[in-house]
Amino acid sequence: MKYIDEFRDGRLARGLAAAIAAETDPEWRYAFMEFCGGHTHAISRYGVTDLLPANVRMVHGPGCPVCVLPIGRVDMAIRLALEHQVILCSYGDCLRVPASDSLSLLKARSLKSARGGDVRMVYSAADALRIAEENPARQVVFFAIGFETTTPPTAVVIKQAAVLGLKNFSVLCCHVLTPSAISSILESPEVRRWGTVPLDGFIGPAHVSTVIGSRPYEFFAEEYRKPVVIAGFEPLDVMQAILMLVRQVNEGRCEVENEFTRAVSREGNLKAQNLVAEVFELRRAFEWRGMGTIPYSALAIRREFAAFDAEKRFALEYRPVPDHKACDCGAILRGVKQPRDCKLFGTVCTPENPIGSCMVSSEGACAAYYTYGRHKELA
Amino acid sequence: MCLAIPARIEAMPNEETAIVDLGGVRKEVSLALIDDVAIGDYVIVHVGFALNKMDPQEAEKTLALFAEMGAAVAAQDEAAGNPA
Repeated sequence: MKYIDEFRDGRLARGLAAAIAAETDPEWRYAFMEFCGGHTHAISRYGVTDLLPANVRMVHGPGCPVCVLPIGRVDMAIRLALEHQVILCSYGDCLRVPASDSLSLLKARSLKSARGGDVRMVYSAADALRIAEENPARQVVFFAIGFETTTPPTAVVIKQAAVLGLKNFSVLCCHVLTPSAISSILESPEVRRWGTVPLDGFIGPAHVSTVIGSRPYEFFAEEYRKPVVIAGFEPLDVMQAILMLVRQVNEGRCEVENEFTRAVSREGNLKAQNLVAEVFELRRAFEWRGMGTIPYSALAIRREFAAFDAEKRFALEYRPVPDHKACDCGAILRGVKQPRDCKLFGTVCTPENPIGSCMVSSEGACAAYYTYGRHKELA
Repeated sequence: MCLAIPARIEAMPNEETAIVDLGGVRKEVSLALIDDVAIGDYVIVHVGFALNKMDPQEAEKTLALFAEMGAAVAAQDEAAGNPA
C-alpha cells in the first residue's frame, strides 16, 4: 500500500542503521522513550532493536490507551452492561481487559444467566450512534477511550447525537491527554530524582500529533531539556527519528523536530481541536493505570452536552481498584521495568489469557514482546 | 488504538463522506474532521474518520532523506575500503 510499503523497505533500513551506528558516540549510553504503543509495536515487529548499536536503548512509554485504562473504568462499563442493561459499544481492544470479579467486557457478554450483558464491538464511534438510532427502545452507551487521535471522532458523534435529538445515546468518556502523561513521566522520581530511568529524549506520537500538532511538545524540550522527535509508525520513520535524537544529544540540542512532516504540522488539525474543545473540558483529575491520579490529564463531557454523558445519566461512580499484585504493568508503563522483568510474563500472562492490560492490546509492550518473540532475547 | 492508515479518496458521495481504497477494500469514511479534500487525495484514516490529509511532497522528501542517509554511509565505507 502506498505510503506504507516504502516506509518498511529493508534496504533503506540497513542504510539508516549504518548511519545511526556511524553517528553514535561509543562513550555515551543513549536511552530514548518511544511514547506510543504504535512505535513499541513497530520496534518489536520489525526488529528495530536488532539494528541499533548496543549503546542505544529504547524505553517503552505509556502511550497505549487500553493499557493505561485502570480497572475501575472497565468496571464502570461492565456495570452499565450488567446492572443498567444498556447496549455497551466498545472498541475491540477493550473487550478482553481483565476487570474486577474475574470479569472482562467479553466475559460479561457471555455470562450464562439472563443477565448477560449486551456488549457490542464497534469499529467506529459512528457505529455506536447508528446502533442507538436502530434501537430507540434501548439505552446505548459508547465506551470512549483513547488519546487525542481518537477523541475528535467521539466529539463528532456527540454533536451528531445532539442534532438528532437522540434520547438513548450517551458516552462513557475516558479520553486522556498525551502531554499530561509525558509530564508525569518526566516528573516521576525514577526520572527526576533517582535517575533510575535514564531518558535522553522522546520519540513523539505520530497520529496524536496529526491532531494536536508539534507545538505542545515544545514545552518539554524547553522546560525539561529533552529532545522530542515526532515520528510516523513505520519502522523507517522510527529509525530516522532515532538518528535525529542521536544527533540532538551529540550536539547538545533540545528541540522538537518533526520526522512525520507528511502528516504533522506545528498547528495540527485545528478543525478537530475546535470540535474537541466545544464538546469536552478538562477533568480535574483522572486515574491512570501505573501512573496514579494525574491532575488535568483527561477529558469530561461539557455541561452543554451533559445529556450524552453516561456518568451523569446513570449516576456512575468511579471506584479505584488495585492491579493484580504480581502484575508489573504499572512499572512497565512508566518505563521502569521491561516486560520480561515481570514474573507473570509469558507464563501466567499471555495474549490468550492476559492478566494485565499491557498483554491485551497489540500496542502494549508485553503483547508486542510476546508476539514477536522478543522475550526469547537475552536480558 | 492510535493506529491509522493512509488511504486514497476514490469517491465523495457527499461533503461529509468519502469512499477510500484500503489495499483493495473500499470503505466509507467520515470527512467531518477535515476541510478542502478532493478525490485523489490521500487521507489518514482512524476509526472510520479521516484525521488529516497526507502531503505527498513531504512523503517524497522523507523517503529521499532515508536514501541519502544510507548512501552517505555507503560512500564513507567505500572511501574507507570497507565493502558494504
